[in-house]
Amino acid sequence: MNELLEILTDLHPEVDFETEEHLIDSAILDSFDIITIISEIADTFDVVVPAKEIIPENFNSAEALWAMIERLEDGE
Amino acid sequence: MKKVLQKIVPTIVVVVLVLAFLQELLIPKYMTDIIEGAMIEEYYDSEKNHDVLFLGDCEVYENISPCRLWEKYGISSYVRGSAQQLIWQSYYLLEDTLQYETPEVVVFNIMSLMHAGPENEAYNRMTIDGMRWSSAKWNSIQASMTEDENALDYVFPILRYHTRWSELTSEDFTYLFHKDPVTFEGYYLRVDVRPVTHIPEPKRLANYQFADYPMEYLDKMRELCDKKGIELVFVKAPSLFPHWYDEWEAQVDAYAEKYDITYYNFLELAEEIGIDYTTDTYDAGMHMNLSGAEKMSDYIGAKLLEEHGIKDHRNDEAYVSVWEPKVEAYKKAIEDAIAEEAAKKQ
Amino acid sequence: MSFTSYEFILAVAAVLVIYYSIPKRFQWMFLLGASYVLYFSAGPSYLIFISITTLVTYLCARKISSLSKEKTAYLKENKATLDREAKKTYKEGVKKKQRLFLWGALFVDLGLLIGIKYTNFIIENINGIITSVSNMEPISYLDIIMPLGISFYTFQTVGYLVDVYNEKYEAQNNYGKFALFVGFFPQLSQGPISRYNDLSQTLYAEHRFDAKVVSFGLQRILWGYFKKLVIADRVLIGLKTLLAAPEDYPGIYFFVAMMFYAIQLYADFTGGIDITIGIAETMGIKVTENFHRPYFSKNIKEYWNRWHMTMGSWFTDYIFYPISVSGFMLKLSKKARKVLGENIGKRVPVYLATILVWFTTGIWHGASWNFIVWGLANCVVILISQELSPLYTKFHNRFDVEGKLWYKTFCVIRTILLMSALRMFDCYRDVTVTVKMFFSMFTTWNISALWDGSMLALGLNGTDYLIILFGVVLIFVVSMLQRKKQVRERILELPYPVRAAIWLALFVVVLLAGAYGQGYDESSFIYNQF
Repeated sequence: MNELLEILTDLHPEVDFETEEHLIDSAILDSFDIITIISEIADTFDVVVPAKEIIPENFNSAEALWAMIERLEDGE
Repeated sequence: MKKVLQKIVPTIVVVVLVLAFLQELLIPKYMTDIIEGAMIEEYYDSEKNHDVLFLGDCEVYENISPCRLWEKYGISSYVRGSAQQLIWQSYYLLEDTLQYETPEVVVFNIMSLMHAGPENEAYNRMTIDGMRWSSAKWNSIQASMTEDENALDYVFPILRYHTRWSELTSEDFTYLFHKDPVTFEGYYLRVDVRPVTHIPEPKRLANYQFADYPMEYLDKMRELCDKKGIELVFVKAPSLFPHWYDEWEAQVDAYAEKYDITYYNFLELAEEIGIDYTTDTYDAGMHMNLSGAEKMSDYIGAKLLEEHGIKDHRNDEAYVSVWEPKVEAYKKAIEDAIAEEAAKKQ
Repeated sequence: MSFTSYEFILAVAAVLVIYYSIPKRFQWMFLLGASYVLYFSAGPSYLIFISITTLVTYLCARKISSLSKEKTAYLKENKATLDREAKKTYKEGVKKKQRLFLWGALFVDLGLLIGIKYTNFIIENINGIITSVSNMEPISYLDIIMPLGISFYTFQTVGYLVDVYNEKYEAQNNYGKFALFVGFFPQLSQGPISRYNDLSQTLYAEHRFDAKVVSFGLQRILWGYFKKLVIADRVLIGLKTLLAAPEDYPGIYFFVAMMFYAIQLYADFTGGIDITIGIAETMGIKVTENFHRPYFSKNIKEYWNRWHMTMGSWFTDYIFYPISVSGFMLKLSKKARKVLGENIGKRVPVYLATILVWFTTGIWHGASWNFIVWGLANCVVILISQELSPLYTKFHNRFDVEGKLWYKTFCVIRTILLMSALRMFDCYRDVTVTVKMFFSMFTTWNISALWDGSMLALGLNGTDYLIILFGVVLIFVVSMLQRKKQVRERILELPYPVRAAIWLALFVVVLLAGAYGQGYDESSFIYNQF
C-alpha cells in the first residue's frame, strides 16, 4: 500500500491520496496518469491491469486501487 | 382535469391567434406593386351569377373587360386570370369556380399549352395562395409544385413568407384585415400606351409538339365542361410575343376541330377588329391596354350573344342592380387613370 | 432524415402521439418499427447494412455471453476438484473461443464501415502512388453510398461487443430490443454514440405520459432548432461564401471564417444533439449528454473532455486504454526505458496510443488527409501542453494567477482560438490551402474589411449579423445560467403565463428568423416582368 501511495504522490504531489475518494469523478487523474499508474503497478507489483479493469470504481481512491491489485494478484 | 383544461385551452387559443395574426401579417398583400397576386382571391367577393367565365394568364386578364361586356351586351362574366397561370391551374380554378356557380360558356386562352411542367414558384404562389381551401386547391398545389417546393408551405404560408418580417411595409399593416379590389371583375385596367416598335425574332424550338402534361389537362378541362353542360371556347390573344408558332396553331386547330370547339385566334382577327399596335398596347406588343381590351371585348361579346347563346340581362333588375355600380366604378377608374396618365406626360 | 425537414418534424410528432396512445408494452416495439421506417425512407439500401451489423453483433455477443455463463457455472461446479493451474487453463480456453467471436463480429462490423467509408480513399492514395512512380492505369473508384449513421451505430456495436466480452454486462437476448439499441432513429444522423448499459436503462421501459417530461423534451427540441435554424444555418451562408473562393478571402477573412465556423459548428452540432436528446426525452428515454459547455474549456485536453464527449470517451475506452496497457506496449515500454532512459521510455506507450487515437479520430471524421492532419495537429498540441505542464505549474505558483477571472478568461479565449484555427483543416478540406490561408493572416493586412462594408457582401446583411449576435449572446447567457441549475427548471418556477410566453416567443423566433424553407437563399421574393 505504501509503495502504491508513493507512485501516486510522485504523479500528483498536491493530492492527499489517503483521503481522496473521487480521483476519477473529480477529474484529478486523467488518462495519461492512469496509464502511468498501470505501468508503474506492472513494474512494482508484477501485476498486469487489463483494459477491462479501467473503470472509475477501481481508480477513484488509493484504497480501491489497492483492492484491485490484490484481487489481480490472486489471479481472480 | 378541469384545471388542466383551464390552462391548456387558453394556451392553445393564444398560440393559434398569435400564429394566425403573424401569418396574415407576413403574407404579401399585392396591393400596390404586384397586384397580380391579389386577383384570384377577389373572385369570392363577386356576385356568383356569371354566364361566361374567362380562364387563363395575362393574355386574358389584360384583354377582356367584363364591365365593357355588360355595358355593351348585357353579358354577365368574370375573368379568373392570374400571372403565368398554367393550364393545370386553370383547370383547378375551373373546378373551384364550379363549387359556386356553373357558367354557360368557359373561354380559355390556350397560350399556356406551351408550358410543359411546373416552372416558377413565385407565379405558383400568386395563382394558388388566393384560392380558398378545397380539394381543387390541394390538387392545384400538387400539380404545380416545382422540385424544391413543399405542400406544407401552401398549407401554412407563414412557413413560406417567414423571412418577410424584416421587409414589412405600411402596406402589410394597412391591408392586414381587408383588401381593396385591384381588378374590375378580373380585368386589370391599364390606359398607358407603348407602341410596338420592334418584334423580336422568334427563337427556333427543338420541339414544337405540346407536351403530354398540359394536353392531359386540356382533356380534363374539356371533359369537365362536357359533364357540366358548359360550352368550351378557345382563344388566343393578339399578343405579338411570346411568339405563337404555326406548329402550335395547327395543333390547336386540329384539337378544336376534333372536339368541335370554337377557336378564335385574335392574332389573325387583329386587323378585322381594328387592333392598332401603335395605340392599343402598353408594353410594346405583349399586353393590350384599355383601348385594345375593349376592341377585343366588343368582338367576343358579339360572338357570345350571336353564336354561343348568351343572354342579354340588361332588362333584368337582379343583374342591373349588381352591374350598374360596377360599371360606374369602372368608368370612374378609367377617367382617373387617363387623368393620371396625362399628368405624368406633362 | 434531415432534422430540419418538415417531413422529419411531422414524423416525430406522429411517433410521439402513437407512442403514448398504444399499450405501454408495445412502446419499444413501435419505436423499432418507426426507426426502421424512417431509416428506410432515408435510403432503402441502408437497411441491409444496418441489419447485417445488428444480426452479426447480436449473435456473436450472445455466444460470448453464453460462454461466460457456462464458464462461471463450470467453475462453480468444479470448485473443489480444480486446482489453480487447471482453472487458469480452462479459463484461457474459454477466452480463446470468446475472442474468436469477438474478432469475427468486429471484422464484419468494422469491415463494413471501413469498406464503405474508406475504400475510395485508399484507392485515391494508391493511385497517387502508382501514377507518380509508373504509368500504370489508375484504379477506378467504387460507386458507394454511405449508409446514414454507419459511423455512429458501428461504434455503438463495437463498444457493446467489447463490453460483453469483458463481462461488463450480459448480451441482450431479445433481437428486437438489440436492433432498437443499434437503430434508435434520433441518434442516427449525428450521434451521440450511446453505451448499451446506459441507453438500455430507459429505452425498453414502459413510459407513462408525463406532461413535465414531454414538455421538457419539447423545450429542448425547440432550443436545438433555435441553434440550428436561426444561428448555424444563417452563419453557414457567410461561411460558404468564404470557403467557396479561399484565394479571394485571405488575411482577416481567415479569422472571420474561423469565428464563423466556430459558431456554425457549435450551433449545428450541439443543436442537433439537443434535438436528439429532446426527442428521446419526450418519450422518457435518456440519451447521454454529448457536450458540457465546451467553449468554456481552459485547455485543449479539457476541451476534448467536454466536446463530443461520447466520441472522446469511446476512443479512450476502446482504443487508448486497450492499446496502452496491452502486453505489447508494456514490453515496448520496458525496452524503451532501458534504451532511452526512464524519463522518455515511460512515455512511449502513452504517446504511441495517443497518436493512434488521434489518427483514428481524424479519419473517423472523414476519409481524407485533411481530417488526418487535423487529428494529428490536435494530438501534437495535446502532447506539447502535456510536456509543458510542469512549466505551467511553476508559472502558476510564481504568479498566482490560477483562479483569477482574467486569467481563466484568457485561457478560455486562447483555447477557442486554437481549436478554431485547427478546425480550419476540415473547413477548407485541403491541407495546403489551409496552411496557406492561415499564414495569410500575418501577411495580408486587410483588417478594414471588418468595417468597410465588405462583411455585408458575404451573403449576410445587417439584420443577419444582429440575429447571429443575439443568438450567440443568448447561448452564452444560457450556458452561464446552466452552471448552477438547468434553465428549463428555472423557467418552470415562473408563473404559468410568463413561462408560456417565453416558450412561445422562442418558437416565434425560430419560425420567423430560422434560415429554412423555399427560396431562403434568394435574397427576396423577386418577380420577373410578365
